Amino acid sequence: MLGRFPALAGADLDVEAGEVLLLSGPNGAGKTTLLRLCAGLLPLRAGEAEVLGVDLTVEPRRVRRAVALVGHETFCYDDLTVAENVRFAARSTGHGVADADEALARVGLQRVANVAHGRLSQGQRRRLSLANALARKARLLLLDEPHAGLDEHGREVLEDIVRSAAADGCTVMLASHELDLARRLATREVRIVAGQVHAVPAPTRVAPEPEPELGAHA
Amino acid sequence: MSFLRDALLVAGKDLRIERRSRVALQQIVPFGAIVVMLFAFALDSDRVLLHQAAPGLFWAAVLLAVLLAVGRSFSIEEANRARDGLRLSGLDGGSIFLGKAAAVALELFLLELIVGAAVVVLYDVTVRGVVVLLCSAVAATIGLAATGTVYGVLAGGLRARETLVPLLVLPAVTPVMLGATRSFQAALAGTPGDAWPWVQLLAAFAVLAVTAGTVAFGPLLEEA
Repeated sequence: MLGRFPALAGADLDVEAGEVLLLSGPNGAGKTTLLRLCAGLLPLRAGEAEVLGVDLTVEPRRVRRAVALVGHETFCYDDLTVAENVRFAARSTGHGVADADEALARVGLQRVANVAHGRLSQGQRRRLSLANALARKARLLLLDEPHAGLDEHGREVLEDIVRSAAADGCTVMLASHELDLARRLATREVRIVAGQVHAVPAPTRVAPEPEPELGAHA
Repeated sequence: MSFLRDALLVAGKDLRIERRSRVALQQIVPFGAIVVMLFAFALDSDRVLLHQAAPGLFWAAVLLAVLLAVGRSFSIEEANRARDGLRLSGLDGGSIFLGKAAAVALELFLLELIVGAAVVVLYDVTVRGVVVLLCSAVAATIGLAATGTVYGVLAGGLRARETLVPLLVLPAVTPVMLGATRSFQAALAGTPGDAWPWVQLLAAFAVLAVTAGTVAFGPLLEEA
């Protein structure tokens, strides 16, 4: 339910560890809702959802500490610098300053580390969101329109991050309308239409050997 | 230990933002001073009344400034949906509450020092019973900051929060207004012994507000 309207009613989806799952579908289909639900930001009104082996309705805090959401907003503070925002994200999830600095270097934002978030461009903000996600060392990466606002180099950085995260066993779910770019990363695609999940055949893609870990049934 | 460390992390973040933006220093503190000055202009013809009412006018000015400080504390969480970032951090709601309330309390202490100095000068007040004044101020400030923070998060996600916070906070802190005014009156009148029951009331209110806030803040953050 989203407010008084049912969202994702009847949706059934299992995602394997290490998978890069692309969520495609029209605007308003429920992609962002599904990502926010998996992040523990939306309450589950009916059905069941297990994220990283943890029941979302029982231990939402445990789930939140293990996931990272890169969404339309950065979740950052305008008056803090880039470095301060990433350090806060790292320390608030039990990680250190070194993790934050490493994440900043990974997305190529060291040059603007001392610039306030409020003065960043759209693309830099998107990179900062990625840095926050990396600094948290999440096991489930939720990316909502991750290509938006990124230049060519930024997209290369994003692809590198997604591929290495998946190689390290991190599960990635990404919702995108830039399907050509997103399909280069995805190991599987599902299409969401009016809250229903439909499999999209991808005969040329080979998924890694995964262990069942994440499941959502609503 | 991790609970207190997380609270310090949140408090440090809020104070750093205030130091950088200077909203507290350049807007909230001057606002408190202006209120005190306006009372002085309004009651200037009756210096005796102004002198007698000084404790109440001081705390009325502080109370109005509390509304601004609390509003500011939660407006920084609304921009860029930083509130969702806080929720995603998995920090305990109680530690977030303590951190935010501590930051508001420190800003209020600064405000009280400056507004207090303005009251002494403008209202011709002689400072007496410093220990009682300090104890009252500490207990009252903690109570105000804790209560404001609880209602701040409650109204945080609502479109009408700017008008709702005063409606919720002002009635709730009536005991603080009463206790702080009476204890200040007794201290400044040179009868500090009469102030201690009011200081006890303030301390009890502060303990209650901090306890309730620590328990309730997490669920309120989720619901707002």
